[in-house]
Amino acid sequence: MRTVLFAAFAVILLNELPADVKAASEGVELDHQEWTFDGPFGGFDRQQLQRGFQVYREVCSSCHGLDYIAFRNLEAIGYSEDQTKVLASEYLIEDCCDDQGDIFDRPAIPADGIPNPYPNEQFARASNNGSLPPDLSLITKARANGPDYIYNLILAYEDPPADMEEEIMFGMYYNTVFDGNQIAMAQQLFDELIEYSDGTVATNEQMAKDVTAFLHWAAEPKLEVRKQTGVRVLLFTLVFTVLAYFLKRRIWAGLKH
Amino acid sequence: MSNEKGWGMRAFDWFEERLPIVSFIDHSVGSKYPAPNNLNYFWNFGSLAGFMLVVLMMTGIVLAMSYTPHVDHAFESVERIMRDVNSGWLIRYLHANGGSFFFIVVLIHIFRGMYYGSYKAPREVLWWLGIVIYLLMMATAFMGYVLPWGQMSFWGATVITNLFSAVPIVGDEIVTLLWGGFSVDNPTLNRFFALHYLLPFAIVGVVVLHIWALHIPGSNNPMGIEVTANDKIPFHPYYTSKDVFGLGVFLLFYFTVVFWFPNAMGHPDNYIPANPLQTPAHIVPEWYFLPFYAILRSIDDKLTGVILMFGSILILFVVPWLDTSRVRSANFRPIFKVLFWIFLLDCFVLGWCGSQLPEGLPLILTRVGTFWYFFHFLVLLPVVGWIETPRPLPSSISTPVIASPAE
Amino acid sequence: MGDLAETQSVPTEDESRRDFLLHATVATGVVGAAVSLWPLINSLNPAADTLALSSVEVSLAGLEEGQAATISWRGKPVFLRYRTPAEIEEARSERWQDLPDPQPDEERVQDDRYLIVVGVCTHLGCIPLGQKTTETRGDFGGYFCPCHGSHYDVSARIRRGPAPSNLEVPEYTYLSETNVRIG
Repeated sequence: MRTVLFAAFAVILLNELPADVKAASEGVELDHQEWTFDGPFGGFDRQQLQRGFQVYREVCSSCHGLDYIAFRNLEAIGYSEDQTKVLASEYLIEDCCDDQGDIFDRPAIPADGIPNPYPNEQFARASNNGSLPPDLSLITKARANGPDYIYNLILAYEDPPADMEEEIMFGMYYNTVFDGNQIAMAQQLFDELIEYSDGTVATNEQMAKDVTAFLHWAAEPKLEVRKQTGVRVLLFTLVFTVLAYFLKRRIWAGLKH
Repeated sequence: MSNEKGWGMRAFDWFEERLPIVSFIDHSVGSKYPAPNNLNYFWNFGSLAGFMLVVLMMTGIVLAMSYTPHVDHAFESVERIMRDVNSGWLIRYLHANGGSFFFIVVLIHIFRGMYYGSYKAPREVLWWLGIVIYLLMMATAFMGYVLPWGQMSFWGATVITNLFSAVPIVGDEIVTLLWGGFSVDNPTLNRFFALHYLLPFAIVGVVVLHIWALHIPGSNNPMGIEVTANDKIPFHPYYTSKDVFGLGVFLLFYFTVVFWFPNAMGHPDNYIPANPLQTPAHIVPEWYFLPFYAILRSIDDKLTGVILMFGSILILFVVPWLDTSRVRSANFRPIFKVLFWIFLLDCFVLGWCGSQLPEGLPLILTRVGTFWYFFHFLVLLPVVGWIETPRPLPSSISTPVIASPAE
Repeated sequence: MGDLAETQSVPTEDESRRDFLLHATVATGVVGAAVSLWPLINSLNPAADTLALSSVEVSLAGLEEGQAATISWRGKPVFLRYRTPAEIEEARSERWQDLPDPQPDEERVQDDRYLIVVGVCTHLGCIPLGQKTTETRGDFGGYFCPCHGSHYDVSARIRRGPAPSNLEVPEYTYLSETNVRIG
């Protein structure tokens, strides 16, 4: 009887998980990558996150915002406070208001969010053929199997099969992973598109992987502290449970039943 | 021991004479509450539910201090909790997953009551109060899920509030009243936040009544027979120690999910800010609503679907009279026991159907499952009570020491 | 069958082991509960985004002699005042040892010309008058708090009234001659 309890728990969990995986791929097989943040102790590779940020900055940021990340947050991926200041000062922020009551531009400070490429949704759509490039700060959590999905998606550009060529609409591109196989974003990554400051060779796959890792950090910046806290909490709870078990046994030992 | 009392004891006695709160607790869940000595681990889930209610209220109160119930800021304020507020990520994950675990615990508690016939006389009112708690929990959870103002929040709120439009004649007026506008919007979010904060206190009130009602007849037990005073043991230290151990085991599960799979029970779409102009491809409620969501969609007629859905919960109120058997525990009811497990399976099947699009196999299963759900309560329960021959009941819970199937 | 009387008759060795277990379990539980409370309480402390705004950089270049400006820092006003030589002279001529909250003017400024203080009355938190030329500066030429009548001098030291201490000088550093980082 007692096992029923655990079985029920397992079923509930399992009931949830496969649903996610299925919704994610919509029939498309995602190529699973090994991520440094997989597993119970997995964390981030700071070097990789910095490379990923470089890809975001030099490629993605021309269309995609990263609204929930401020320059100060980049200290968490290994930049010094001074570096974040310099980085921030390269961007202009619209501020309100100067002494005349006008909106003015000023250099960003670390406390500012990374500026969105577009002032508003309508502007973004007008610049992109009616499509809205989604904000990327939560993208790996906003898609089932997020990291694998994003990684696969940005690499999944091919020439459309003959029978689909006709169907591709104006301003759309064939993508084997995207739902409906037509995506408004053209292929962005090409081998050696950027030059990594740490000397890593910027292959397509390398850039895709780095930027995905960076985006996963952006979506779940507390992942490392979460798992570390979890290990400690779980060990403590285990000790408590074992103690409680023996105490319970001892208390019940005097009973005949 | 001498008869001399220290000043501490005297102060305690002085206070107890004026407000006997310690003896009150001792009588409620302490050494003065005699409980049957054969309760198995399924009897742990009542106290676990109480524990989860406290966890949810404590985390919820501090979350509310960093949350902004406004359509322009709600999503952002939740992200601020996740990123900037000290330990905010932990508190939010404890709260969000805590809701799911509260349901897991309460559902096991309910199914335990069904298996061991805990709803039968003289515990009908106790059972009713439990259903009231369950209903309040569902309302609270539903409104809580709206607060992050993601896509699932918004569309979940839209779909569920639209259920009331099925009410004849005044349906649309009711929905407008619920919304405070012409769609789910800022007034809706505001009132949902207010109610989400309020209802848990109502739950606490009903929990007190629930425990009160429990103490009139005392706890049921795995054999479902009356227990003589001889076969009772004080709740404290026996069941307190057992509950504490059970709590430890439960926490291992809860923490594993919170720290390693915090989003497994949520939906990715809720990390997309609400967009009133675009419905997600799949709208799915939280898992604990899935069976009811399936029942809602089992029929093509709107009103019938809504009636069936609410009926599937309300029917629980009359279960004490639908079940015609005088034997409580399924351990002595061979046919009922099988039906119980089929019913449980049926709930899981309905849950699965609720997560699928209502077409093809899932739709067929939904209809079969819905039929079975009501067939179980309305036909099988009364009929089996008449035709079934229960196994002989022992004269007391201490008699069949060896034959006991419990534990 | 089982009742308390029976369980109490178990051997003493078991009893002491049970005591140890009981104490260990209760202690662990209490520690666990206490530690769990901390994140809940700590979440009420300033969040990372709030802390990130805890310092501001101000340019004093726009201030002319005799002028004052107020900026917002950590949600409170900070008074900046470009003092005239006469005012500096006045602030330093007094015997500071005799003041209610004795402190020399030299300790309250880094550059003699610029007075930088938190514009919150140390009595009960109102904002003193005196920044604008149209406002009264009280009987000592500095600031006057209208709530309960505290008078401050040109060094923002309390001179008369219920306030217990001088206006607070925030932590600040000159980044250049006219750029200051407060906080």
